[in-house]
Amino acid sequence: MGKRVLLVEDEPNIIEAIRFILSRDGWAVETHSDGATAVDAVLAAPPDVLVLDVMLPGKSGFDILRELRAAPATESLPVLMLTAKGQLRDREQAERYGVNCFMTKPFANSEVLEAVNALFEGAAGAA
Amino acid sequence: MQGRKQADLARSVGISPSYLNLIEHNRRRIGGKLIMDIARELGVDASALTEGAEVELLNTLREAAVDHESAAEDLPRLEEFVGRFPGWARLLSDTRRRARELEHSVEVLSDRMTHDPFLSASLHEVISTVTAIRSTATILAETRDIDPEWRDRFHRNMAEESARLAESAEALVRYLDEASSTEFAGSTPQEELDGWLRSLGFHVADLERNLAPDPETLVRRSSGLTSAAARQMAEAYLRRYRQDVEHMPLAAFQEAARALAFDPAALAVRFGVDLGAVFRRMAALPTEMVGGEIGLVVCDGSGTLTFRKPVEGFPLPRYSAACPLWPLYSALSRPMAPVRNRVEMGGRSPRSFVCYAVCQPSQPGGFDGPQVIEAAMLILPEELAVLQVAEAPREVGTSCRICPRGACAARREPSIMAEAF
Repeated sequence: MGKRVLLVEDEPNIIEAIRFILSRDGWAVETHSDGATAVDAVLAAPPDVLVLDVMLPGKSGFDILRELRAAPATESLPVLMLTAKGQLRDREQAERYGVNCFMTKPFANSEVLEAVNALFEGAAGAA
Repeated sequence: MQGRKQADLARSVGISPSYLNLIEHNRRRIGGKLIMDIARELGVDASALTEGAEVELLNTLREAAVDHESAAEDLPRLEEFVGRFPGWARLLSDTRRRARELEHSVEVLSDRMTHDPFLSASLHEVISTVTAIRSTATILAETRDIDPEWRDRFHRNMAEESARLAESAEALVRYLDEASSTEFAGSTPQEELDGWLRSLGFHVADLERNLAPDPETLVRRSSGLTSAAARQMAEAYLRRYRQDVEHMPLAAFQEAARALAFDPAALAVRFGVDLGAVFRRMAALPTEMVGGEIGLVVCDGSGTLTFRKPVEGFPLPRYSAACPLWPLYSALSRPMAPVRNRVEMGGRSPRSFVCYAVCQPSQPGGFDGPQVIEAAMLILPEELAVLQVAEAPREVGTSCRICPRGACAARREPSIMAEAF
């Protein structure tokens, strides 16, 4: 089975662009746009890497991350957080909740691709 | 008064030497044209002749000195400094005040940057759009073998996101433009409203007439209110003012106020209204009609002052919280129980006032809504309050920081005035 990434993001055109660049690199990309049901979606089928936006309708990326870290199935799931809020405080909060990588928008496509691959390889190396 | 005969000065401003003598020894309070005339004759600024202004100047300089260790050592010589170098003192005081105002603006702005939901949402929108454009543009520029169907789709996305970016950028600029022309000027809507009411002398003559214009029209016509928030607050103020006028028309109220010796309780009974309404109406009477000034402060349930009409000798704090010993706060802690106290405002020349206060709850949101409380305190100079109050005056101040009453049991923070008194 190929490597799977789940993208939790509510901007359709950002979803489309990230889906495109990751798909071309061999990733199976699934997407989810609703913050409120994101935790259930991840727990139902944990991906190899989670790309998580912060400002989401229903529930913030921070709360989703905290809940995922509390669940045994996802406590060490590699998570890349994307946020338009690049302030130090947000980064610190994300780190406190156990994020693996934090990236601010607008990002370069190549950076996202590299980060997702590095998280996957890091997890594979640790396993 | 040196270097010039008192009699000459009195003659040149058209008053008797004995009257000038009373003025000099603070036995008569003067204002307006006479003070301007004396100031012109003496070749000094009018504010230099008014004790209130001098006290304010000294207070500002004391505050400034306390913040600078080296200057604090010179505090005992402050009055000498003001006396010898009034121009420099005024400059220092104005600069200090300006710095405080700017600090206040910075606080307002920083609060806005952190908490303003519109600004935060707009910036988020702009960044999200830019992200989508950048990511899509990179794909189009760098993917040579892109499928035509995908390419068309990305072109559509780009067009869509560019239009969205233009819209959100425009909204953001509009917002910043409006903000910079109004509240960024350095005051809060409350201060803007206070300034506007001061310019009217707290008496809205237009609303006292039959066939008065509606509050919205009045606010639209006024030039002193620039921010939308201040205009909204002014409309609410004027709506209540109009109601008060309907219940207590000016001529009848003025006559009754005199006949009943400015007793708010008797006036409330006469007009069948609550005490808060009588307080507002008394404070809206023109000074010349009353023969003196009547002050009024109103606070909400948090103790925050929402209305300030000062009266000479009873300075009101602009930024900091007020004196906790004001009868206003006694009333706030006991809703519906009217409070009347003689108070003595501290300072170099303490003055006594009779204060009437009451706190009234209301249910603007009905039985299911929260109870909203508002307390008001009327400040009558003792000579206006014909009803004599026998009790010893309660010693109060403006706010702890500039209050000379060192041993006050209700003190919140140390005073900077201790050294001077």
